[in-house]
Amino acid sequence: MIVQALVFYMFAAIAVAGGVMVISARNPVHSVLFLILVFFNAAGLFLLLGAEFLAMVLVVVYVGAVAVLFLFVVMMLDINYLKLREGFLQYLPTGALVGLVLLVELGLVLGSWVFAPEAPAQLAAPTPADLTNTEALGQIVYTQYVYLFQAAGLILLVAMVGTILLTLRARDGVRRQNISRQISRTREESVEIRKVPTRGGI
Amino acid sequence: MADFVDGYVLPTAIIVAQILAIVLPLLVAVAYLTYAERKVIAAMQMRKGPNVVGPFGLLQPLADGLKLFMKETVVPSGANRAVFVLAPMLTFILSLIAWAVIPFNEGWVLADINVGVLYLFAISSLGVYGIIMAGWASNSKYAFLGAMRSAAQMVSYEVSIGLVMISVLLTAGTLNLSQLVEAQKTVWYVIPHLPMFVIFFISALAETNRAPFDLPEAEAELVSGYNVEYSSMTFALFFLGEYANMILMSGIMTILFLGGWLPPLDIAPFNWIPGIVWFGLKVALLLFGFLWVRATFPRYRYDQLMRLGWKVFLPFSLIWLVLTAGVLMATGWVPTK
Repeated sequence: MIVQALVFYMFAAIAVAGGVMVISARNPVHSVLFLILVFFNAAGLFLLLGAEFLAMVLVVVYVGAVAVLFLFVVMMLDINYLKLREGFLQYLPTGALVGLVLLVELGLVLGSWVFAPEAPAQLAAPTPADLTNTEALGQIVYTQYVYLFQAAGLILLVAMVGTILLTLRARDGVRRQNISRQISRTREESVEIRKVPTRGGI
Repeated sequence: MADFVDGYVLPTAIIVAQILAIVLPLLVAVAYLTYAERKVIAAMQMRKGPNVVGPFGLLQPLADGLKLFMKETVVPSGANRAVFVLAPMLTFILSLIAWAVIPFNEGWVLADINVGVLYLFAISSLGVYGIIMAGWASNSKYAFLGAMRSAAQMVSYEVSIGLVMISVLLTAGTLNLSQLVEAQKTVWYVIPHLPMFVIFFISALAETNRAPFDLPEAEAELVSGYNVEYSSMTFALFFLGEYANMILMSGIMTILFLGGWLPPLDIAPFNWIPGIVWFGLKVALLLFGFLWVRATFPRYRYDQLMRLGWKVFLPFSLIWLVLTAGVLMATGWVPTK
């Protein structure tokens, strides 16, 4: 049990330290790399809770896909690090004020917050004992709440189609490769053999 | 105290021994895969290949390793030092930790976890980091271009690999790799899922940056791609990682489609041979495929590579997934516990 507690504190401490480094690292690429470290430690915390499916999905989705795109974009940006620090003092009061307001709000919520009476009872049995948590999640998402889940998916799909529509522009003068036309070409229509008379030309 | 030794020290020692038992043969396999590659391609091109160091050139991989080991590690002055050194380490570590869940034989697995397939998918989706970090930290345009290409390529082909895996999982009804192999006792999934096997093989070539999809290191245009600034052991780690990933991908294909350690027929002469030998033979067969492809096909053009991934493999594997689910539901073959 003590090892489990130690491991928990290790993951938690690294996650928090990584989170601090994300906002304080000078180089934005380093920030993204620290963010990945935080994701990993969050996955470790999920594992400690026995939610191995969520841990793996966190790594696949956030580290394997989202953070790669982040890193992609951040690396392509041509950032002048000195310029980035320039407005620091100017924005400091505003930023500090927003941070302070958020902190006070968080404090208020935490001070007046109680568990709903039925919540602890459900906490005790997160998944039925005879199911792996992959199956338990699958039953909830794809069987019990399948229509809600599909509706959420449709909303995302509409958002995606909207984004593509807004950014798509038809450019003319672009020559594209038409693979099926290339493949369906025959020798008869593309090659013509002619006898060229000497000094005659075609 | 005895409690502590029995509870923690002994299991740790056993796990460390098991890790060594997996990693050491793996590294030897990687070394001799490079030898096999040179010999196989040489045979296909009617050359001799390495034949000077040791009998039949068998000591060539050791000589190459020693050469790389003795060289000087050069860190370019414009490089981002920490990330530059971290990248090859990451590539190598990721190519090794995936082996923790691979079952070599019945019960011969380091960690028999319930989400083995997802674990493999997660680890293989991380492989791209080593390459992007290397390309960016080198602060060199060729390295960066190579890294960008590679990242786009790996992210694209992962999508179809994921869908192929889901089709197989639906048929087996488990995410555990050992149970997945057991589920193939009646028929190997390469037979019902043959088109998926082909797609997986081609995607594996793209995922490991092998020919004909070795655009990241297209030497004619990018010098050597993401690893151009690396020398000595830092380069060797990339090299080892790439070849270990090839073996890993072959291992995954063996487990998903070729029935892992199971013999082709469960009758007398076949089931005398231990499972690990079957596993090794299947992996070797697939690796030969990797080498054969390299010696045979010219490199793809970049836009055609992207087209193949997004416009051919993705729709096809999506349709196959729906088809698999439909057939399973219609015939009542849905696996139940």
